[in-house]
Amino acid sequence: MAMLEVKNISISFGGLKAVNDFSVTIEKGQLYGLIGPNGAGKTTVFNLLTGVYKPDTGTILLDGKNITGRSTIEINQDGIARTFQNIRLFKELSVLDNVKVGLHNHFKYSTIEGILRLPRYYKVEKQMNERAMELLKVFELDSVADYKASNLPYGAQRKLEIARALATEPKLLLLDEPAAGMNPNETAELMDTIRFVRDNFDMTILLIEHDMKLVSGICEKLTVLNFGQVLTQGDTQTVLNDHRVITAYLGE
Amino acid sequence: MKKNKLLIQNSITYAIIIGCWILVQILASTGHMTSLMKGLLVPLCIYVIMAVSLNLTVGILGELSLGHAGFMCLGAFSGAFFTNCMANVIPSVQVRFFFALLIGALVAGVFGILIGIPVLRLRGDYLAIVTLAFGEIIKNLLNAIYVGMDQSGFHFSFKDTTSLGMDDTGVVIIKGAQGITGTPKAATFTIGIILVLLTLFVVLNLINSRSGRAIMAIRDNRIAAESVGINITKFKLMAFSISASLAGVAGVLYGHNLSSLAATPKNFGYNQSIMILVFVVLGGLGNIRGSIIAAVVLTMLPELLRGLNDYRMLIYAIVLIVMMIFNSSPKAIEMRSVFMDKIKKNRKEAA
Repeated sequence: MAMLEVKNISISFGGLKAVNDFSVTIEKGQLYGLIGPNGAGKTTVFNLLTGVYKPDTGTILLDGKNITGRSTIEINQDGIARTFQNIRLFKELSVLDNVKVGLHNHFKYSTIEGILRLPRYYKVEKQMNERAMELLKVFELDSVADYKASNLPYGAQRKLEIARALATEPKLLLLDEPAAGMNPNETAELMDTIRFVRDNFDMTILLIEHDMKLVSGICEKLTVLNFGQVLTQGDTQTVLNDHRVITAYLGE
Repeated sequence: MKKNKLLIQNSITYAIIIGCWILVQILASTGHMTSLMKGLLVPLCIYVIMAVSLNLTVGILGELSLGHAGFMCLGAFSGAFFTNCMANVIPSVQVRFFFALLIGALVAGVFGILIGIPVLRLRGDYLAIVTLAFGEIIKNLLNAIYVGMDQSGFHFSFKDTTSLGMDDTGVVIIKGAQGITGTPKAATFTIGIILVLLTLFVVLNLINSRSGRAIMAIRDNRIAAESVGINITKFKLMAFSISASLAGVAGVLYGHNLSSLAATPKNFGYNQSIMILVFVVLGGLGNIRGSIIAAVVLTMLPELLRGLNDYRMLIYAIVLIVMMIFNSSPKAIEMRSVFMDKIKKNRKEAA
């Protein structure tokens, strides 16, 4: 069964059809790319998948479960986590705490237990710290765990956002322009990280990206979006050589 | 390592409070305490609790609330009301005061939730304005209400005492604008300090727990917090109502420190809310120890300057401005860090 099955979703804002009749099927463990010129509706698709917007029509199935119209929080608990195009970290919290917020729904104790510092607080906090440090180690952020998140360099902030998303133990990870603002070296490193996450966390990944080197380097399949509609979908190389795709990006 | 640092920081805060208590006890027993200072001790505790609890809303949750005195007002009235109602049932003043504290916290907390449900949907300036309005509504309602008690139960009225329609066993407890009179003066400095410690315990432990992290995550980035599955409404309400119920505790302390309690603009009006907000902002948003110090300094200052008569509020204002600049202006922070580095260097050389 497919991990994500989107069938004919549409949404319009006023008279503008931002996403029109969008369908996609992503298999478990796939690295899937969503590309298209600026304003094509890629981030809107992400917002539809994560429940920020509710689709006007169509259905979204995650691992066989219908998640259409559910709230952002519920969808996260169902198993979709995301990062953002413009980094959204908890700036005043430490790097470690950022990840621990991600663990919120998986390691629980009540507020009362927290305030009274009952034994369960110490036990669960210890488990949380261990799990968070494990995740930070994967992204080589364990040495800066005590830093304020806003003091990290740009590339590390991107990584921390992925670590935080993974902390929610998703089945599907959505990355919104992970390489934006990175230099070629950082991008190359990011490609390794994304592959590593897919292999070691047994993750299905859908990403939006403009950097064609990254897209052709790691994505197995692509969907091209133009003016809210699917232009073409298929294997990365076939799609990238499609003249319609080149026209959409560069014009006639 | 980081955890130990936190523990040390929190212990310092507790130690400061206990140190103050010991200092006051010594001064009092050696007779160095003027009656003016003695009268200030309980209000100091009240303002510290108010500042710390407001910091939970403004600094930790990141929502500007201008109605904090309203919750204090609710706590004061419900606490004093309980103490007066139960005068015949529970003879011990201390026991009644203890239950009054619980009831004050509960009432203010419940109102915190009730008011929070509509108000926390707003953000920024709008939230501030609506909380301001709620604070005023609470104060004015308590200013107008008459409540009496007789054999058949409680009687309410918004007109006057005669329209309560009680039989001859009736006692009027809340007399409109006159408020509640005859509350026993049960609040002492020691009880005040215990309540301050309790407030600190709740707030500091909350901040460093799972719920506290969720609250701060909402403050830093609401959309991201939602995307990792944090229930925004629940944690906003939690922070707001805990903050309100702690203000209620401060209110009960206030109500039991005066024999007559009335809701006037001076004690529960928006000026009071603003004043507490000044403590919080001056002490640093999210900085609990800062709130305590600011509350103490700014409460003592006008009293200590009483001798200067006309110039007193002028000096207060100047001190406020200077402290704000010293605390928050980027240049001043830079100068401070340079100064601290120099001291560190000198110490190293000396060692």
